[in-house]
Amino acid sequence: MSDHTKDIDETTGVETTGHEWDGIKELNNPLPRWWLYIWYGTIAFSIAYMIAMPALPALPGLGTNTRGVLGASDRVAVAEQVDKMRADRMAAGTALLSASLEEIETDRSLQQFAMAAGESAFGDNCATCHGAGGRGAIGYPTLADDVWLWDGTLDGIEYTIRHGIRHEEDPETRFSQMPAFGRDGLLTRAQIDDVVNHVLTLSGREAESEDAAGRGADIFAAQCALCHGPNGTGDRTQGAPNLTDQTWLFGSEYRDIYNSVYNARNAHMPAWGERLDDATIKSLAVYVHSLGGGE
Amino acid sequence: MSTTTLRKGGMDTSTVIVATMLGIFAILAVFIAGNATDRLMGIHATVFFAAVAAWLLGIGLWAGKLGDRDPFDQTKYEDTLVKFGIFTSMFWGIAGFLVGIVIALQLTWPNIFYFEQWGFTNFGRLRPLHTSAVIFAFGGNVLLATSFHVVQRTTRARLFGGMLPWFVFWGYQLFIVIAATGYLMGITQSKEYAEPEWYADLWLTVVWVAYLLVFLGTLWKRKEPHIYVANWFYLSFIVTIAMLHIVNNLSLPVSLGSSKSYQLFAGVQDALTQWWYGHNAVGFFLTTGFLAIMYYFIPKRVERPVYSYRLSIVHFWSLIFIYIWAGPHHLHYTALPQWAQTLGMTFSIMLWMPSWGGMINGVMTLSGAWDKLRTDPVVRMMIVSLAFYGMSTFEGPLMSVRAVNSLSHYTEWGIGHVHSGALGWVGFISFGALYCLTQWLWKRKSLYSVALVEWHFWLATIGIVFYMVSMWFAGITEGLMWRAYNEFGFLEYSFVETVEAKHISYIIRMAGGLLYFSGAAIMVYNLVRTAIGHERINQPASAPSVSSPPAAASLQPAE
Repeated sequence: MSDHTKDIDETTGVETTGHEWDGIKELNNPLPRWWLYIWYGTIAFSIAYMIAMPALPALPGLGTNTRGVLGASDRVAVAEQVDKMRADRMAAGTALLSASLEEIETDRSLQQFAMAAGESAFGDNCATCHGAGGRGAIGYPTLADDVWLWDGTLDGIEYTIRHGIRHEEDPETRFSQMPAFGRDGLLTRAQIDDVVNHVLTLSGREAESEDAAGRGADIFAAQCALCHGPNGTGDRTQGAPNLTDQTWLFGSEYRDIYNSVYNARNAHMPAWGERLDDATIKSLAVYVHSLGGGE
Repeated sequence: MSTTTLRKGGMDTSTVIVATMLGIFAILAVFIAGNATDRLMGIHATVFFAAVAAWLLGIGLWAGKLGDRDPFDQTKYEDTLVKFGIFTSMFWGIAGFLVGIVIALQLTWPNIFYFEQWGFTNFGRLRPLHTSAVIFAFGGNVLLATSFHVVQRTTRARLFGGMLPWFVFWGYQLFIVIAATGYLMGITQSKEYAEPEWYADLWLTVVWVAYLLVFLGTLWKRKEPHIYVANWFYLSFIVTIAMLHIVNNLSLPVSLGSSKSYQLFAGVQDALTQWWYGHNAVGFFLTTGFLAIMYYFIPKRVERPVYSYRLSIVHFWSLIFIYIWAGPHHLHYTALPQWAQTLGMTFSIMLWMPSWGGMINGVMTLSGAWDKLRTDPVVRMMIVSLAFYGMSTFEGPLMSVRAVNSLSHYTEWGIGHVHSGALGWVGFISFGALYCLTQWLWKRKSLYSVALVEWHFWLATIGIVFYMVSMWFAGITEGLMWRAYNEFGFLEYSFVETVEAKHISYIIRMAGGLLYFSGAAIMVYNLVRTAIGHERINQPASAPSVSSPPAAASLQPAE
């Protein structure tokens, strides 16, 4: 390779730089004009943008960062948007605070607002456990049916949301505790087998063993009837489920019920009164009440 | 500067230096294993010690069998190391793609692919395993192998440092193993793309400085008057990654025996440092490193001169000057001061054309040889990689605009953007280089099967299209759903509804990943058969003969 004579690429007729590495040469083409002009354009835009918007840090003597000639500020913009949202919700929101739950449900505009607020809050706070639309899951009650463990009235639902279930930090929480009959040694495995057989018959199903179910009836009367009622119809004042219906929170099979008796379940729900404001809790109560089973 | 002249008893100076370093690290590992305050640190120190002990044993056995042979013959290129690099690249590539498919399945069917009893399969652990495996293990090995090949061929000098490049190579593999096993066991410093803890970072620093020495040393003893453009790009990659790695990992371990450390920076400073690192890892690892590959392998494969020397200078310097400031665009609308967001956005916009300079230079190098797009699928793969490069370096500045970012940020659009660059640009240019290197270094007339390269090309291209389009759709859908308000001013959709809306897109993305993986598996098969020396007899009639002669293994005579 030579630096003295021109090296021309035959195919394109363009001069090379005269260097060669492992057989690779370089043409001496100029910068593509369109490339250069677009680049200049982006630089011009960027400079204009930097003049218009906050762009340079607090340099010595400047005191603060540059503010930009447009005076735009994210902080101010966010504050304005939040204020506007608050104002938009204020009219209906204030009315919600003073109205009773029954009034909310019967006043059409209040009800529409509460439903919108409730649905939004439900999706991001409640649906995690209770499922979208309150469809429920194993261990998490369905809110769209008319089976209620505690209280299905508007006020009852609001109370549950506010204070939670077995949420021990809240003194007013709904509380009850089923003993872990097997784990704590209150009943033997044989006795649990008997009582589970009896419980199966309560909801109209066949026991695995008639004899066992017969023995189980006595155990049920002694150990379970106090809360679940002599006929197993449950007691909503202490959240004891009705055992005669087809709704089983933790599964309806023999082994599911056996597990419930042996270990007890005692599920928890947080007290939302600590986290959500009054208007949201009221809206949630109205929304949940409307899902299908409100009383 | 040659270290091979001082030979004593089969061990040259560079081997003695490497062995001594390894010995010191072995002692350190024993010390840490003895003083480990947590179980995971004990495991890692033991693994590290075992690896270094096996390594030392290997060096001993190797040196014992040397006899009078000079292992670092200065009249020959160090090609064996590059051949090793081709195989580690294939291995880590396949591993990384496979983990990608697993986590795509987990996102698509979280209930089916959740294994409660195996904590190490949790998405949170497999996701960094995937990103690190494809970027640092696959991409890193491709960069190591190609940089060692290119710097030798374009300087007409053997790699500097005798045993030192081998230290870099195996030291890097050891880093990968420590990092990957750490993720699976739950060791992380919770910095994206920089998850490994302090001791792995320190080891990588040692390895990386050795890499820099090897590269600079080889340039120093070059027999060419000028330094080829590919080497500028490699050098900027090595130097900048060293700087980014050290600054972003400044942290204080709880104790020498603890696997946990705490960052030096806090709050928004930590976030900005992290994204200064994260963005420039894209810039200087995945862009300049792979542009270096492009600048050697495309002109070499198509046997045409690089389109414009001037463009290569201008776009090189503008790229590295502008890239380094663009990181704040990852923190739009956060606690980061707005002026810093403005700088991040404007520098990203100014970066558009400097990025495209490399694409223009690569594509236009085909001037006078456009027919090779049709006849040589390896060339097509590398040129299509530049198309994806051009697309994602346009999309990047677009997404850095604050108004666009307010929609695209945190959505799947970002995932799609990253993968059009990673699968299309980084993946395809790497595959092209691996096809070339295997054929050239094993001195084969042709690849085992050109038809299989066609299969690889089309499977992977369709896979990328599946991936990109599904993620664009998913990202824009969820971005719009997140910002939808109803008439009363409440959010229209709950978060989980926006997740459900992506299910079909997730299935398509997973299918795209499977296609891409199948292509890579075909490539591995093809390359292994090529290396063994097989050649498929019934090549299609249009199959090209070799486009480049096998590179000579011995140095060309100096001028």
